[in-house]
Amino acid sequence: MTAKTLRQPLPLRLASAGFLAFWCLLAIFPIAWIAIMSVKSPVDAFSGSFSEVLTGPATRAGGAGLSGIDLVLGGAVILLLIRWAFTGLPGLVRRRTPAGLLALGWLLGGLGYAVLFGAVVFWLLPTVLGPLDAALGPLGAPVIGATFDHYYAVWVENAFYRNFINSLIVTAGVVTISLTVGTLAGYALARSPSNLAFWLLIAALIFRALPHSVLVAGYLPVFINSRDWLAPIFGEAAPTLYGQPYAVIAVLVAINQPFTIWMLRSFFQNIPTELDEAARVDGCTHFQAFRQVIMPVMWPGVITTGLFSFLLGYNDFLVTSLLLDAQNQTMVPAIASYFNRETTTTDQVEAIAAAVSITAPLFVLVMVFQRQIVSGLTAGAVKG
Amino acid sequence: MKPRVFAAFVAPSLLMMLIFIAAPLVSVFAQSFYVTQPVFERVEVETCTPSFPTAICTTETKSRPVLDEAGEVQTQTRYVGLESYRNMLQLDRVGEALSSGRIGQILNIDFWSALRFTLMFTLITLPIVIVAGLAIALAVNNAVKSLRGPVIFISLLPFIITPVIGVLSIRWLFIGDGILTAFLENMLARDIAMFAQGWTIELMMLFYRVWHVAPFAFVIFYAGLQTVNQDTLESAIVDGASRWQRLRFVVIPHLGPLITFVALIHLMDAYRAFEEIVGFSSQSHVISLQWLTYDLLQPDDAGNRAISRASASAMLTMIGVVILLIAPVRRAWREHKGFR
Repeated sequence: MTAKTLRQPLPLRLASAGFLAFWCLLAIFPIAWIAIMSVKSPVDAFSGSFSEVLTGPATRAGGAGLSGIDLVLGGAVILLLIRWAFTGLPGLVRRRTPAGLLALGWLLGGLGYAVLFGAVVFWLLPTVLGPLDAALGPLGAPVIGATFDHYYAVWVENAFYRNFINSLIVTAGVVTISLTVGTLAGYALARSPSNLAFWLLIAALIFRALPHSVLVAGYLPVFINSRDWLAPIFGEAAPTLYGQPYAVIAVLVAINQPFTIWMLRSFFQNIPTELDEAARVDGCTHFQAFRQVIMPVMWPGVITTGLFSFLLGYNDFLVTSLLLDAQNQTMVPAIASYFNRETTTTDQVEAIAAAVSITAPLFVLVMVFQRQIVSGLTAGAVKG
Repeated sequence: MKPRVFAAFVAPSLLMMLIFIAAPLVSVFAQSFYVTQPVFERVEVETCTPSFPTAICTTETKSRPVLDEAGEVQTQTRYVGLESYRNMLQLDRVGEALSSGRIGQILNIDFWSALRFTLMFTLITLPIVIVAGLAIALAVNNAVKSLRGPVIFISLLPFIITPVIGVLSIRWLFIGDGILTAFLENMLARDIAMFAQGWTIELMMLFYRVWHVAPFAFVIFYAGLQTVNQDTLESAIVDGASRWQRLRFVVIPHLGPLITFVALIHLMDAYRAFEEIVGFSSQSHVISLQWLTYDLLQPDDAGNRAISRASASAMLTMIGVVILLIAPVRRAWREHKGFR
């Protein structure tokens, strides 16, 4: 087949490229726009003109802004930092961590990098660039209005870090327990052609379709009255499950189970059965074969499924808002308290800053794990 | 794998699903027939106001909640049969509206209004999501190789974003004289209030959902496009098939199972629409079935939760899920039997 016959006419190519550009703009616009709004004063953030929101005259007039020098130097430093995360960091982590602990090494490496990034952007850059702007006179005058006041208000004054810690506890619990329980079940389901396995998978499919509020309607009375029915077992120390992050973890793990076992099963099916059989011939029990032969080659699937479990725990609004009280709220329901107040536009912009703070980790997640997310989405579909 | 080994592997997962999914379902079903209310007693209260020559005394019967020794309100649970369902469905009002010919009045009842929106929302977004996902997949497949990575990255963002935050980000573009409302007002030269009536809010909800799910459809269709049989395509060209015919008769049939998969997942998720209502604060105009249950579960002003009615609403919501899943489960069963 010659290339000529397959070549598309110019209008078609233009239309296709134009459509793609339009979609990209559509996909990124709302997210990028709230990121821009979050660093402007309320007047600018809710202004009706594109250029005013972008340049932020009222923010600039308020004395908060970035000069040309800031933009060039700060931008360069941030770009270098991001570049280094993809070029330098992986090598560093690999060299420093002992062989068996790569996951731990990455965790520490990621945390260290986050601290480094925060320190450079929020402390080093302002302290260096502040005097520099003052010294440079007209060159140092702000061109674009930008302020981090709202972030300060959200994280420090309104103690959003507490919600952040709760989110961390809930998501970490959901991911670890989901994966531990799910890999066992997924492995068994992938290796068993029995009717029982089939009906388990179908039940999981039905459970996946259930609206979560249906389940919460079942938990709520039980959780609120848990002191009464747990008293015979725990006596005086019987806990009220309502408002406990640990109870929410259990609930979210269960809600996530159907999805997890379906996805892990399709990853396990990709691993040839010969591998188990070889291990069994060598005298392993089923569990040993699973633990020492199958799991080491299963890591890509586990990471991918872990990502989706993370998203479920992190993104959940319904379960956490109904089962946690105000003191133990995770980040996403906590934001509701902002937009229900709706008293001032400052509150609104603070809510936007909180929303951007919630989105930032997800942004990083897609950047790092794009390939795994795509493979996870297609794993379920291609297998049917 | 022996049944015992199988059971040992599956047990933890199965136990979690039994305790936290199957058991709540049964208890919701049971709860929907019972109502827990504070116990009231009727007492005669004599109130006297000083007056001349004698105090004026009136006696009236009041109902007040009974307190137990600890000073807490006593509650009792009683069997009410289908009453909670009747409260949700309000069939007498529906019948009245039908007989008087004013169909619109049915939508004043929460449940029917939620049902209308949920069904409309699910059925309208389904074709749009599939067509948009397919269009993006074809366009990306058409693009230069080096562009594909970044485009997939950008496309994944709306999919991965926390749903409530995604809804809020669109709300902030339109709220008050937000940037897009101002833009529309300029274009149409008229005043627009996007949050003042139901249908504009519904438009924004449809937009949000398509924006959120189209990337998912796109990724799946894009993966499917990589495995289209090139020989079939070439023979189609030799046979003189136009571009459109190749798409229609070679590519789309190849994607068939994937389209079914995306449709099934989308139907399940859109039927659960909930974040849209919370994010747009649209409860006075538009509500969805799942939001209705959520709202009944929230404590009201007196701190009571309408557990029974919430359970009835949850059970009614379940009917839709069951109808939705009958066809795919039957197909899976046939395939399973053929496979063995």
